[in-house]
Amino acid sequence: MSLTPADIQRLAQLSRLSFDPSSSQRMLAGLNDFFAIVEQMREVDTSGVVPMAHPIDAMPLEALAQHAPSAPEGMALRLRDDAVSEPNQRDANQRSAPAVERGLFLVPKVIE
Amino acid sequence: MSDLHTLGVAQLSALLQNKDISAVELATRMLARLGGNPHHAFLSVDSEVTLAQAKAADARLTAGDTSPLLGVPIAHKDIFVTTDFPTTAGSRMLEGYRSPFNATVVQRLGDAGMVSLGKLSCDEFAMGSANENVAVPSAHPQAVTNPWDVSRIPGGSSGGSAAAVAACLTPAATGTDTGGSIRQPAAFCGITGIKPTYGRASRYGMVAFASSLDQAGPMARSAEDCALLLSAMCGPDLDRDSTSLDVKAEDFSRDLNQPLKGLRVGVPNEFFADGLAADVRGAVDAALESLRSQGATLVPIALPRTSLSIPVYYIIAPAEASSNLSRFDGVKFGHRAKDFTDLADMYEKTRSEGFGEEVKRRIMIGSYVLSHGYYDAYYLQAQKIRRMIADDFQRAFASCDVIAGPVAPTVAWKLGDKSNDPLANYLADIFTLPASLAGLPGMSIPVGFGEGGLPVGMQLMGNYLQEAKLLNVAHQFQLATDHHLKTPVGAA
Repeated sequence: MSLTPADIQRLAQLSRLSFDPSSSQRMLAGLNDFFAIVEQMREVDTSGVVPMAHPIDAMPLEALAQHAPSAPEGMALRLRDDAVSEPNQRDANQRSAPAVERGLFLVPKVIE
Repeated sequence: MSDLHTLGVAQLSALLQNKDISAVELATRMLARLGGNPHHAFLSVDSEVTLAQAKAADARLTAGDTSPLLGVPIAHKDIFVTTDFPTTAGSRMLEGYRSPFNATVVQRLGDAGMVSLGKLSCDEFAMGSANENVAVPSAHPQAVTNPWDVSRIPGGSSGGSAAAVAACLTPAATGTDTGGSIRQPAAFCGITGIKPTYGRASRYGMVAFASSLDQAGPMARSAEDCALLLSAMCGPDLDRDSTSLDVKAEDFSRDLNQPLKGLRVGVPNEFFADGLAADVRGAVDAALESLRSQGATLVPIALPRTSLSIPVYYIIAPAEASSNLSRFDGVKFGHRAKDFTDLADMYEKTRSEGFGEEVKRRIMIGSYVLSHGYYDAYYLQAQKIRRMIADDFQRAFASCDVIAGPVAPTVAWKLGDKSNDPLANYLADIFTLPASLAGLPGMSIPVGFGEGGLPVGMQLMGNYLQEAKLLNVAHQFQLATDHHLKTPVGAA
């Protein structure tokens, strides 16, 4: 399976990128080279295998037990309490912004 | 003392604690060596900031503070955000950016009293294996050179960190490792570096590349120094990083002096197959033999999906990158294009101007494998094989305590040799990717020299949270050998 120039155009649009004709062609060739080595992956039988999104869910409990006795159910990604914890740092946060006015980030007009 | 710059972290600490030198004196000496930016290793230096930090360290020393890293210089990969220095992530996108906060790792090392010499070059957004993808317009020339042979690459993406440590411009540096970016440059520059278990070091303030893989670690000239640094870097950061492990900070130096007798070293067949250069193989074989003579047993093991780790990694990492890098939109920080017609046009022009070619390629791959109709075949399939790779390691660790093999198939290649061939760069990552995908700790130690007199690194991999064991093996090896003490011509 090979990508086409139309695929590059669609992916560029999804990625919010643009390419001139010569870099678009280079991108197409590069991606096709890359997906050639991906083919070996598609042949692997993965039926019944649970996708691994994150190393923490692959860490065996026994490896963790001696280090983290407080986490008997193993490790999980956690969410912190939904509480305000940061002070207002608007000025510091906007110091590197390209365009700011009266504490607001400026963007081109979106709504007519 | 004329050779202060060649001393390691532990040695400098002893001198500082004895009041043989002051932190200001040491920082001044180190800064003096940075003139002309040797090897183009640094992206920013600010002697005023450095000397102010050194002054503060001296005040603590005078007050009797015995923290082991107090007053010792370090430099940070420019992927960690810092308030005192600009942060570019090696990208035009962030040129001139000033963070309002410090990365947790930077903060922890600063709290320990380390004095920052500045920010080190890296591949753009840590995407690269040669440090040739630097894209900061003010950095001239862009590519970092290898202190052992300036016609060669230093490795990447923490190439500035590795070159600076090898050239004795700093006794220590921070690095980050997503698919080998600490271990491979450490190997290519003949220094010691460790990537801890995923989740050990906080990712807060590390400019994100691939969130399920990125991990910070120290780079220095000995395992002993890396243990000191890693102890200060790691620890829970539960409110700021949801992937930070709830595991107490550890003293990673505690087992350094354990003898190797009875240690089982797993040697994966797949790491010694056809693609491995003879010079690398020779140096690694000799190092394994040295471990054996110190009482370790070599155990053949299998990591059968080693070569699959290349496509799996280069699907998962770009998928996560395409998502992480969507924040660069020219609105809240960073580059914004000058001329545009509307908001969508502003995004497109800003991103097309701000990102370099390799970053764009990875964003495009990521967009593709996450898009409707391709998600299952590519992204989900890669995640399933990722678990199989992690399971392979657990099977292997049933018969061994650590795993050893080469870090990379060859020594450092010539600048420009693979710069137009991204695939060749990807394929050279084969031996570092498996541990990255599994989230296991891995390190690189120098084990001699190969073709062209260039350093060879051996990789040590451990099971989850077994960093102290890796550092123990590395330190014992370094007590018995002198590869780590060699410095390139001009460094000493």
